[in-house]
Amino acid sequence: MSAVIEKHDHHHGPQKGVLRWLFTTNHKDIGTLYLWFSFLMFLTGGAMAMGIRAELFEPGLQLMDPIRYNQLVTMHGLIMIFGGVMPAFVGLANWLIPMQVGAPDMALPRMNNLSFWLLPAAFTILLSTAFMEGGMPGFGWTFYAPLSTNYPNIAYFVFAIHIMGISSIMGSINVIVTIMNMRAPGMTLMKMPLFVWSWLITAYLLIAVMPVLAGAVTMLLMDAYFGTSFFDAAGGGDPVLFQHIFWFFGHPEVYIMILPAFGITSHIISTFSRKPLFGHSSMVYAMVSIAVLSFVVWAHHMFTVGMPLAAELFFMWATMVIAIPTGVKVFNWVATIFKGSITYETPMLFAIAFVVLFTIGGFSGLMLAITPADFQYHDTYFVVAHFHYVLVPGAVFSIMAAVYYWLPKWTGNMYDEKMGKLHFWLSFIGVNVTFFPQHFVGLAGMPRRYADYALQFAEWNAVSSVGAFLFGLSQLLFLYIVVKAVFAGKKATAQVWDGARGLEWTVDSPAPYHTFEIPPKVKG
Amino acid sequence: MESKSNIHQKYYVPEQSSIPIIFAFAALLVGFGAANAITGNGTIMLWVGMIAVVGTLAFWWSIITKESQAGLDTPQLNNSYVYGMAWFIFSEVMFFFAFFGALFYIRNIAIPWLGGEGPTAKGLAGELLWPDFEPTWPPMITPEQSLLGENAVTKGPAENMYLHSIRDLGTWLPLWNTIVLLSSSATVHVAHLALKENNRKRFNFWLGITVALAFIFVILQAVEYYEAYAHLGLTLNSGVYGTTFFMLTGFHGMHVLIGGIFLLTQLMRSANYNHFTDKEHFGFEAASWYWHFVDVVWVCLFFFVYIL
Repeated sequence: MSAVIEKHDHHHGPQKGVLRWLFTTNHKDIGTLYLWFSFLMFLTGGAMAMGIRAELFEPGLQLMDPIRYNQLVTMHGLIMIFGGVMPAFVGLANWLIPMQVGAPDMALPRMNNLSFWLLPAAFTILLSTAFMEGGMPGFGWTFYAPLSTNYPNIAYFVFAIHIMGISSIMGSINVIVTIMNMRAPGMTLMKMPLFVWSWLITAYLLIAVMPVLAGAVTMLLMDAYFGTSFFDAAGGGDPVLFQHIFWFFGHPEVYIMILPAFGITSHIISTFSRKPLFGHSSMVYAMVSIAVLSFVVWAHHMFTVGMPLAAELFFMWATMVIAIPTGVKVFNWVATIFKGSITYETPMLFAIAFVVLFTIGGFSGLMLAITPADFQYHDTYFVVAHFHYVLVPGAVFSIMAAVYYWLPKWTGNMYDEKMGKLHFWLSFIGVNVTFFPQHFVGLAGMPRRYADYALQFAEWNAVSSVGAFLFGLSQLLFLYIVVKAVFAGKKATAQVWDGARGLEWTVDSPAPYHTFEIPPKVKG
Repeated sequence: MESKSNIHQKYYVPEQSSIPIIFAFAALLVGFGAANAITGNGTIMLWVGMIAVVGTLAFWWSIITKESQAGLDTPQLNNSYVYGMAWFIFSEVMFFFAFFGALFYIRNIAIPWLGGEGPTAKGLAGELLWPDFEPTWPPMITPEQSLLGENAVTKGPAENMYLHSIRDLGTWLPLWNTIVLLSSSATVHVAHLALKENNRKRFNFWLGITVALAFIFVILQAVEYYEAYAHLGLTLNSGVYGTTFFMLTGFHGMHVLIGGIFLLTQLMRSANYNHFTDKEHFGFEAASWYWHFVDVVWVCLFFFVYIL
């Protein structure tokens, strides 16, 4: 190819037309692709959640048979985790990390493009099962064996997961290499912005556990189609082995979905409190501790499966230890707000809601960590309430906060502040009305993953469904606000927010197509 | 400290490229096609996808090689490849970790519990469900077989791969495989030393030996598999022993094949195109790291699958 020999001139803008998006090697383009893809998946998974809540609006089977219900629950989980939250964070990483460390682009730009385009491929395979005989997977996003090995179409699910995993691993390698190799001179590790730090740790977790997930689905595939006995006691295997392998992936995965949120929140709270972050390095150490601990707590997801007492105790204590670094983080955020000159723009509202509501989710997690208590909570709506509190007003709110915070930098236009605040309050009320009552029905004994339920749970389920519709509909407002800011709005300055710190605020808004071709000088 | 401002001067950011999205489409074909093939819906898509994947990858890497020959690789870009390869190998380590973990769990927890040990209800599972199951490793009689005898679906193997008598040592394939693979790790290192001394002839020779050893290993492994299926009654369906044996050695063998092709490519680059200098030879270095990784996995396999 003569393309190689051509003179490369980087001082030009993007290509015209649709090919720009298909062939791009630019970290900003790829970040945008990731973010729009994740929003599309967010709406798809959200529509499924609406279906679930509509069915659960009152007891009895109204809208769908239990098989369809199980499929919606499963696909909602898979789409939100692998299609919604994770790609959104990768999109933010793509946009922000090169700008925050003063690099010209991601370290391996073509692989970056591939990481993105594998995702539509994977979800095409996964969603195509909707049109097959046997339908979509309906075994829950945790795909426990032997339920999953006896399911039709599991092969399509397995290869979709493989492709998502390859995408994640390549994306993470790119992030780590960019951070380790592309920092501007003077940008020492401890001077790195916390979002970059959070992603360095997240990428490490991803590279460590996505291959384990690949191993798990491979064993599943072999058991289902090639007669192996990994999870079959008749041949000497053990279904519990699946749960161990899955949660060895699954628990770090949980932190993969929250660590970048910690980074984002740290930036936003510091900016709108107009104070430097309290305890920058303790934030780093806290995230590292959380990441390390995430490898030794997996079996707290399986307290009721029949483990030795020693294991139950070990995983209980190890899980509780995580409260310490998490507490450090919450303390630091509150200490940053303390005596700050605070203003409540939309990103700050989302960030404060994150701190409060994530902490609620953390506390219910602490309750679940207590082994004897978990025997009561296990597989009830209390668990559903817990993980939705850490994932929706946790991870998803942080993503929305990040979008509002950096949108002026990306588009050059301010978003509509009034509409943003309206979106926040609708979401805030919607989320709490949806998920808080689930604590009550859970503690009262309502089990997860059923299309129908006992009459005593009817009131709170109706409330929860109303909240869910409110939350779901308000996200269309989010779409409107973002699209509007892309095309119009008050012009943003380079600084955007007067308390903002970091390299990305030193370049124009919108950020030029290529930033930092000559590395900036980072001051002490 | 080398001058940092200098190496940061011009990092090569490639132009737009159509290869990644074509590769993604090929991956879609492979994924969908493999699922089709497994569920009995035809293999055409899989084959087309495989050809597309191999073709795109070969083309992609040929471009990278050309870029490197055209001098676009700054030391900093080279560093990116070094870090990238290291983390890729780490991901491979974790993939094998999952399978070794499964082996460990099955041997130390699942099998004893099936035999009546274990903390839950004083091993009632073993007593009630599989009263006659002998919890030994390797389990030559599966739990199902201990209950149903000849009517069992999952029956244990007739023979296993362990060394039964010291007199068989000379014909024990795993030992020869170990010798082949360990010496190939040494020869690839000798080749590396030769390259550092700029001795291309010696480099090509020892790299050639390494590649040959790689393919000898694959052939020996194929012979072992043939023996297992044809004469020992040891298959993927022989309970957990067959399962773990074939999955661990199978994935390792696949990696040997990939590593062998990786090394062969480097040999052809050197022999046919005079690529690599004593200072710059990351393509070869990456292949040799990968090779050492494959070697270490084998040593673990040799101990945990064939000896212990």
